[in-house]
Amino acid sequence: MATDVTTPVDSSERSADTVLSTAGVTLRFGGLTVLDDVNVTMRRGEILSVIGPNGAGKTSFFNSLTGVYTPQQGKITFRPRSGGEKQLLGRKPHLVNRMGLARTFQNIRLFGALTAIENVKIAAETRLKSDPVSIMLGLPRARKAERASDEKALTLLRFVGLESKLNELAGSLSYGDQRSLEIARALATDPEVLLLDEPAAGTNPTEKLELEQLIRRINAELGVSVLLIEHDMRLVMSVADRVVVLNFGKKIAEGTPSEIQRHPAVIEAYLGSGADDAAAVEEMIAELEAEHPAQDGADGAEEDQ
Amino acid sequence: MSTQTSSARSEAAARLRKVNWYQQPMVKRLFGMLVLALVVNAMTGEQGSSSDLFLSLKDGFPSTRMWIILAIAIAIWATREFAAEPVKSGSRSVRDLVTQAPAVVTVRERLQRDKWTRWGVLALVVVLALVIPGQLTGYWQTVLVDQIAIFVLLAIGLNVVIGWAGLLDLGFFAFFAVGAYSAAYWTGSLPVEPPIELNNFLVIPVAMVTCLIAGVLLGAPTLRLRGDYLAIVTLGFHEIVYIVAKNADNFTGGPQGVPQIPPFKAFGYEFPVDPMPYWYLLVALVVIIVFAFSRLEHSRVGRAWTAIREDEVAAAANGVDTIRFKLLAFAIGASSSGVAGVVYASKVGYFNPENFAILNSILVLAYVLFGGMGSIPGVLVGTAFLVWLPEILRDKVPPSDRYMYLGALLVVMMIFRPQGLWPSKRRQRELKQAEEGIGDADAMSEPAGGRI
Repeated sequence: MATDVTTPVDSSERSADTVLSTAGVTLRFGGLTVLDDVNVTMRRGEILSVIGPNGAGKTSFFNSLTGVYTPQQGKITFRPRSGGEKQLLGRKPHLVNRMGLARTFQNIRLFGALTAIENVKIAAETRLKSDPVSIMLGLPRARKAERASDEKALTLLRFVGLESKLNELAGSLSYGDQRSLEIARALATDPEVLLLDEPAAGTNPTEKLELEQLIRRINAELGVSVLLIEHDMRLVMSVADRVVVLNFGKKIAEGTPSEIQRHPAVIEAYLGSGADDAAAVEEMIAELEAEHPAQDGADGAEEDQ
Repeated sequence: MSTQTSSARSEAAARLRKVNWYQQPMVKRLFGMLVLALVVNAMTGEQGSSSDLFLSLKDGFPSTRMWIILAIAIAIWATREFAAEPVKSGSRSVRDLVTQAPAVVTVRERLQRDKWTRWGVLALVVVLALVIPGQLTGYWQTVLVDQIAIFVLLAIGLNVVIGWAGLLDLGFFAFFAVGAYSAAYWTGSLPVEPPIELNNFLVIPVAMVTCLIAGVLLGAPTLRLRGDYLAIVTLGFHEIVYIVAKNADNFTGGPQGVPQIPPFKAFGYEFPVDPMPYWYLLVALVVIIVFAFSRLEHSRVGRAWTAIREDEVAAAANGVDTIRFKLLAFAIGASSSGVAGVVYASKVGYFNPENFAILNSILVLAYVLFGGMGSIPGVLVGTAFLVWLPEILRDKVPPSDRYMYLGALLVVMMIFRPQGLWPSKRRQRELKQAEEGIGDADAMSEPAGGRI
């Protein structure tokens, strides 16, 4: 099945453990090219992080993957666990979700007037079968589906640590709890790939630490591959298996966190080209290297598991 | 020296800070109500003509009517200030609405907590609804059946579309027309002959399906639109149905209307001209529909509708098929409207296209808003009240003024109690959160931050 599709993607990357790959994805808004020939391959079970300066096209990349935007060119291929491969380009968001890609939003988008558990149930119920007629008649089938969604929502709220707040309104939860709830809602659709759009934005250090653990648990315990957009470098470097760097809509680097930290193009993207303030660059490198050994250890520990 | 200046300063500050009695917000609101009452007084009653321009002022100031209106205004003001809890106060946050149990358990909360109380009250309401109308005069029985019960059915249907799915539908009455014409067609009252003539009871499911299909046909191409655009399209749909009914003489009978639709018949019993049998039938239909719809509201369907209403993008991102659920709301709302159409046509026996004028769509919408979008008891009470009001005013005010009172009531209501008479919990929270700047109150506007 994989062989008859001719794409510019390297054949070695088309191995069975690839879960999501983009090939030559180009997105334009009028004359503005937001994504320019982006090729990203995500392996099954990894935590892949997409970083880049503001306006680099990270969220546009997410939106292209999840069907909110339709790129003009390219290919987005998803390989579900059940086998086969599916093209995501141009699919409606809810169909992309049904295939197994769930996402969260940069600006949290919960259903504020509903309770925490209702938020999760809405997502869980998109996988359950119960038609309006049997609901109106109160048939056992409908009741069973309702119970199933209750149970699933409860399990997931427990997983993210919100079981004590399940009847609180989503809109009145604290910022960190809203983040967790949004992640629980995304997980309720049984995704194979979870796309997190800046989950650490606006959280305090404690919440960041909890988030880091949550992401690891989602990855390890639920076996969900995680695609993470994040500005918080500490989080990215500690949690990600691999990092992709975007700048001006182009992929400028790809590799392990430690490789990325030393990549000249990345440093240039973050500090600006022609920065004759060489001292600043050196200071930055020194700082990154000072952080580096500790993270190396963390990465190693992660790989050992 | 310095103490002197500071005391002078503090005096000046105190003077600046002092609020005269007439500047207090409470008193200001009283003035507002009084001015409103005087305006209402000037606008009601005898109006001037070219011969006597100021007749209405001479006639109305003072008059008994003026004192009554003033008394009502002051009563409204007093209720709002002293009796009711403030609707708009920012002191009670959204969190309080849910977590803090109030010291006094309201009737509503008791209803929600205790299952047996709830069933008892429901049974009582149904029994009263069955017993009381029998004691009324024939005129009020007719009003009850021809208008109140029919509009209640319609409003419950529209509530699904606008209250739950958040779709602004300005052409809802068109489905009622489709239902009425289906009844006329299948009972053989139209110029075109049906394949088989059906009993009116059998027409009900047929009309439901017809309206369901009409709802899907209207919805499928248009539900991609949002908010205002959808409203205009539905308005256009209503006009199309209305004009087709008026002009397709060979099919609908044209402007002359449809004469002699047979009444309901079952087991040799034919419904008489007397409205009461129709009343029992309508009560049964309302009860069935209310039960079915409230089940829907608290199921995955109702939750999906709420999700779409609140944030369509987030709903779609979590796998909710937004188009499908919107279509479902349209179809379900339309089918209940079709039921109302069949019963109406069979009851009155004669109708013409003018019965389906655009004003009716707007009125049903006003009933739903007045009662409380998304709340079934609110819609029942609101519709009954607003249909009853012009009738009770019939011999109390000049006939042409009747709907003005209705309009004034709606204006006052939307200013002071935008959530409606008996609001739904979810809607109330949404309004509250919109006030506090969290999220959107409805799906009719773009979500904050654009469409991503």
